[in-house]
Amino acid sequence: MNKVVKDADAAIHDVKDGMTLMLGGFGLCGLPENCIAALVRKGLKDLTCISNNAGVDDFGIGLMLKQRQVKKMISSYVGENAEFERQLLSGELEVELIPQGTLATRCMAAGYGMPAIFTPAGIGTEVAIGKEIRNFKGKDYLMEMAFEADFAIVKAWKGDSLGNLIYKDTARNFNAVMAMAGNVTIAEVEELVEPGELDPNFIHTPGIYVHRIFQGKNYEKRIEQRTVRKR
Amino acid sequence: MLTKEEIAKRIAREIKDGYYVNLGIGIPTLVANYIPENMDVILQSENGLLGMGPFPFEGEEDPDLVNASKQTITMLPGSAVFDSAMSFGMIRAKKVNLTILGAMEVSENGDIASWKIPGKMVKGMGGAMDLVASAENIIVAMQHVNKAGESKLLPKCTLPLTGINCIKKIVTELGVFDVLPEGGFKLLERAPGVSIEQIRTATTGKLVIEGEIPEMII
Repeated sequence: MNKVVKDADAAIHDVKDGMTLMLGGFGLCGLPENCIAALVRKGLKDLTCISNNAGVDDFGIGLMLKQRQVKKMISSYVGENAEFERQLLSGELEVELIPQGTLATRCMAAGYGMPAIFTPAGIGTEVAIGKEIRNFKGKDYLMEMAFEADFAIVKAWKGDSLGNLIYKDTARNFNAVMAMAGNVTIAEVEELVEPGELDPNFIHTPGIYVHRIFQGKNYEKRIEQRTVRKR
Repeated sequence: MLTKEEIAKRIAREIKDGYYVNLGIGIPTLVANYIPENMDVILQSENGLLGMGPFPFEGEEDPDLVNASKQTITMLPGSAVFDSAMSFGMIRAKKVNLTILGAMEVSENGDIASWKIPGKMVKGMGGAMDLVASAENIIVAMQHVNKAGESKLLPKCTLPLTGINCIKKIVTELGVFDVLPEGGFKLLERAPGVSIEQIRTATTGKLVIEGEIPEMII
């Protein structure tokens, strides 16, 4: 059951042009930095990326956008990226904007083996166009389908060789739900340990969901909005 | 007229002891500065945190600990972190008592537009659509008019909607308004020095004024 691969390049070796990828993180928090760098190096094209945000111009998925590797983005908020906005307004990039909770729950549904979910988010808005609406106890809900992704690529704090994962603080965000949702799930971790070193009571993602794991290196962990107070 | 800080300060008075509160981006974020110290309130950040604390001291910023605006923050003792699906699970299940968010437009029947200006601004809805679709207690904090001087309290929203029939209360630099179930903005309080005439001029939607309208104590 050893799922350890050497590095990011080995982990993504069979990702191909035109595939659908989930990429964990919220803004620049908890990004799979090593795998994004490897995807950029590999020069893949026509990717569909499911990710809450699109990075900033020179970090995160922004690096893939700059190289025109992304055909379609499925996100909830993309306000931090000028290149993204430019490609979208010029029609070079296809974008599907969906509510953040819907995005998370469509990942969750995939990991829980459920084909669809019902959510009130988007009722009465353009998000509802073309979707089935069901009324439960007097309230309307949209039917939203579970995502299907060829690969889910996530970042965790600690992991073991069996693929069990623990995230740190708010870097858990979409990583934990996307980890459950990929046909193949790749996890990069800051600290890779042997089985038994992680307390089973504190595992966030059980290893059954994870197919490949490696210890990442040189994490930049860039801060998007540095806010502090005076002592 | 109220400053942004004063809008936040006035909204903070709507918070009750024991509330779980979600604060949106912009003016709502400032509300945290005005929650009375003796009040037991827990802030939810929809990227996956209950128990959000103030900004960290300089040098103590942690890239793994941010709020929904991607700002570095701290956690108070007793905090809990969780994934994005659970975060919106607790929102959908109405566990969060009060939601405060910004808006570009609100209509007199409580519709809100806040995420898109077609052909101009494409940022996305983030968690706002989930919040307004499920929360029962929503306050909008916003400027009364836009940069072009046009009213943001309208008969009908002109921009793409974030949610329908969901906004119950609005606080702007001019006053405090209830959105009536039958439609209309009911003026509850005037900002200091602001006349009813000023509010009338700045409001395109149906304005309901009953009796004496007190001046806000801020």
